[in-house]
Amino acid sequence: MAITREQVRRVAALARLRLAPEEEERLTGDLDHILEAFARLSAIDTSTVAPTAHVEDFGAFLRPDTVENPPAGDESLANAPARDGRFFKVPKIIE
Amino acid sequence: MTALHELSLRDAAARVRRRETSSVELVRAALERIAAVEPAVGAFLTVTEAEALAAAQAIDRRVAAGEDPGPLAGVPVGIKDMICTKGVRTTAASRILERFVPAYDATVTARLRAAGAVVVGKLNCDEFAMGSSTENSALGTTRNPWDGSRVPGGSSGGSGAAVAAGECHAALGTDTGGSVRLPAAFCGVVGLKPTYGRVSRYGVIAYASSLDQVGPLARDVADTALMLQAIAGHDAADSTASPRPVPAYGAVLEQGVLGLRLGLPREYFVEGMQPEVEAGVRAAVRELERLGAVVEPVSLPHTEYAIATYYLIATAEASSNLARYDGIRYGLRAPADSLGAMYETSRAAGFGTEVKRRIMLGTYALSAGYYDAYYLKAQQVRTLIRRDFEQAFQRCEALVTPVAPTTAFRLGEKVADPLTMYLSDIFTISVNLAGLPSLALPCGFDGAGLPIGLQVIGRPFDEETVLRVGAAYERATEWHGKRPRL
Repeated sequence: MAITREQVRRVAALARLRLAPEEEERLTGDLDHILEAFARLSAIDTSTVAPTAHVEDFGAFLRPDTVENPPAGDESLANAPARDGRFFKVPKIIE
Repeated sequence: MTALHELSLRDAAARVRRRETSSVELVRAALERIAAVEPAVGAFLTVTEAEALAAAQAIDRRVAAGEDPGPLAGVPVGIKDMICTKGVRTTAASRILERFVPAYDATVTARLRAAGAVVVGKLNCDEFAMGSSTENSALGTTRNPWDGSRVPGGSSGGSGAAVAAGECHAALGTDTGGSVRLPAAFCGVVGLKPTYGRVSRYGVIAYASSLDQVGPLARDVADTALMLQAIAGHDAADSTASPRPVPAYGAVLEQGVLGLRLGLPREYFVEGMQPEVEAGVRAAVRELERLGAVVEPVSLPHTEYAIATYYLIATAEASSNLARYDGIRYGLRAPADSLGAMYETSRAAGFGTEVKRRIMLGTYALSAGYYDAYYLKAQQVRTLIRRDFEQAFQRCEALVTPVAPTTAFRLGEKVADPLTMYLSDIFTISVNLAGLPSLALPCGFDGAGLPIGLQVIGRPFDEETVLRVGAAYERATEWHGKRPRL
């Protein structure tokens, strides 16, 4: 099944990536090439096989529900691309 | 006399503890070596000279006061730039995190420091650990210390190159599909991917969370065991870090391989692999037999599906993990007048080609209409790959294979076709899908003088056996003592 330019645009929108036209073109070819090679998986009968999401052997690890994080201080904002006092600054959200 | 930067990790630490050498002397020797060879190697993204010297002085003061700073006392180590270091920029070799300075140490960083190690810098890698050659770094080129026209392997290429070049005595890498073992093999050093869950990932930048694991690289098996000892064990800050007790890894290294059953998977000796690699690995297997191991053929029949399975699962998880880079709280923000445009332009400007490719592939595999055919299918095949190993381990205590089908390839040789690059991981990737421990160690050189890597794969949480096999092989051979001329 061939990947189309339109599919690449739709996936890029889902992934929040703005692609240049030449990137779109290259990725269309790349995804097509890669997924064609990966189509070999469909040859295996997995109708009775349970999926593996992770390989942990001890189940969910629970800890006491106690607050350990220190209150957010200046450190939390130190990497902010834009800030206003104690706040992260972002472009207008509500028109 | 051996130069200070050439000492093993354990000898260097022992000297500091006995007050024969100061930590400051070791750190200065490492910094001098870095200054001398970095123009040719390019392993480091950041050298933390001032911080390292201050930390070394603190260690020396403790030794002078009669305290024991720990098993890694005062020894210079490097850390892959996927792993957070408090106050020192941590970039994932990406433009999007180029100026990111963590507010805290990763658990593995903190544990190395607590064991006495001194961090001399942050090591280059493929962007977000996505790659097999370190050529996907957005921030620098790392060259193989054995041949500057070759790649160091990836994604932890800086870690492999720095250890091989004598710029630090050991390093940390991360391994999602082979990223510790491949650079270890290409650079002629030892690398260990621990069992999934053996080492905490708290403070490690996430790529594919069901596969990622932190592992050490060092110049021999005993130093690798010492590093693992320092970082392994449960961590309340990472719910995937196993509560299983951590054994004393150093205690098994002398035990030898007499009577140990080793499996040789026939799918790992395939047409198209470099003949010298096959010959080197087969010679190593004969050496292990000579030492008393019982070698028998085994089969891992789903091996041929591992690349597809891995690159669907890993990219799906990556597309989710990398959604956090939105330009809001940290990382690159591109100018834009709306929030949506800001996300899209920041990510477009911050991520490199391979990262975008994997985000796109993963988003596609998870999207409505394709989920069952790709992501779910890959998860089902992952079960089959895991069962292959379970079956083999019913008969064998460890498996012996090559790390990669070739030795280090040339810079630029595989960048044009992503699939060709992905095939470099063909012998390492299944191990991550099954969550197993695996050791890479040198077992010879090809005609061009490039190191060949031997892989020893173990049962879950049986790091002891793979280290034991590696140590026995090292005692009988001299490959691990060879150093590149720089």
